[in-house]
Amino acid sequence: MNLVAAALDGDRYALARLISLIEDRDPTAQDAMGALFPHTGRAHLIGVTGPPGSGKSTLVNALTQRIRKLGRTAGIIAVDPTSPFTGGALLGDRVRMRDLAGDPGVFVRSMATRGSLGGLAQATNDVVKVLDATGFDVVLIETVGAGQSEVEIAKTAHTTVVLEAPGMGDEVQALKAGLMEIADILVVNKADRPGAARTARALEMVINRNAPGDADGWQPPILQTIALDGSGVSELVQAIDDHRRYLCATGLLAERERRRIEKELLGVMERKLVDRLVSRLGRERLDEWVERVAAREVDVYTVASRLCGTD
Amino acid sequence: MTEQLRILIAKPGLDGHDRGAKVIARALRDAGMEVIYTGLRQTPEMIVEAALQEDVDAVGLSVLSGAHMTLVPRVLDGLQQIGMDHVKVFVGGIIPDDDREELREMGVARIFGPGSNTQVICDVVRKQLTES
Repeated sequence: MNLVAAALDGDRYALARLISLIEDRDPTAQDAMGALFPHTGRAHLIGVTGPPGSGKSTLVNALTQRIRKLGRTAGIIAVDPTSPFTGGALLGDRVRMRDLAGDPGVFVRSMATRGSLGGLAQATNDVVKVLDATGFDVVLIETVGAGQSEVEIAKTAHTTVVLEAPGMGDEVQALKAGLMEIADILVVNKADRPGAARTARALEMVINRNAPGDADGWQPPILQTIALDGSGVSELVQAIDDHRRYLCATGLLAERERRRIEKELLGVMERKLVDRLVSRLGRERLDEWVERVAAREVDVYTVASRLCGTD
Repeated sequence: MTEQLRILIAKPGLDGHDRGAKVIARALRDAGMEVIYTGLRQTPEMIVEAALQEDVDAVGLSVLSGAHMTLVPRVLDGLQQIGMDHVKVFVGGIIPDDDREELREMGVARIFGPGSNTQVICDVVRKQLTES
């Protein structure tokens, strides 16, 4: 596995090639992942999520500059949506990350979702592992612009930062389940805009009254940043470090890791089983069943039980 | 899964007109490609670095400043130096006829001038990338 050896040795093109193989679900990717796996588990995984236009890319840019000042290296995965109609995508997060160009301690990769919902691409978890294995101290994962239920990031990242911008809704919006609940750290970005303090207060209410995170005993801090000029960013890095220490001290890091592995294992098993069933059945027979369901001759549950042999 | 085509669209140099680059980025997206858009005022070194990290199949450069004879060769050289000479480089913008020949000889895959049909551009790019 030449590519893996080269990537582990610091060859950035080998690293980029590996990521492509994983994204394209190349048959050799599985062996590569196996070879990389023993080297994973060292990086701190930071998720950055929030609505479109809340400043995720700009914040990642500022965060990375701060992290680099502290002497740590950073791999960045920036996810943008794939068109459900054409399969194409416009990946534009690099536009906001130009300050990171030319830094050998930074590696930025844009990813299209390629059909997965939930805010990440299916291959994101594996790409995280590649960056982790190749020695980046921190892996930053920027999700697609998230609405209310793109919460996959919380299963991938150790520390999830949820961004809000002022004036995006009242307390009731903040009270709804979903995005807000997954925050380990809440950030009101664009804090120089009017209404920032009010937004922060609205978030305060959510945290205090409605935090299932209470089970973890962690109180998500609410910070204000201006990502464009870097205000509040060193405090944010401080909060991320605090959260990391908390996870380690309480044993939550290990527990989350196990939960994540279980989810991942079940997901991979599911894909493998479905692939096997479909290839055994054959495309034509599958189409026949689809036709019969479309004609209302039979329902999907009956067909699925039959095809999976769970009848 | 088949290999998804990835293409970097960049504007090297200092001219601030990115309408053309955005129109092309949009057209390639609608043609089913993954387009990595880097924005304005990129140095050739930044473009080469982005092409590497993103492992693209092609780079599209939009140059309206007249500096193409300086900027384009630096991108081509940079790609060659890091072993990415398989990456096809397309150039769009205002390129005088005299320079076209020279750019082609340096290794530019195709040059698209003002008024080029976006459908034609997408077809040419796809053809060039899937043939080799």
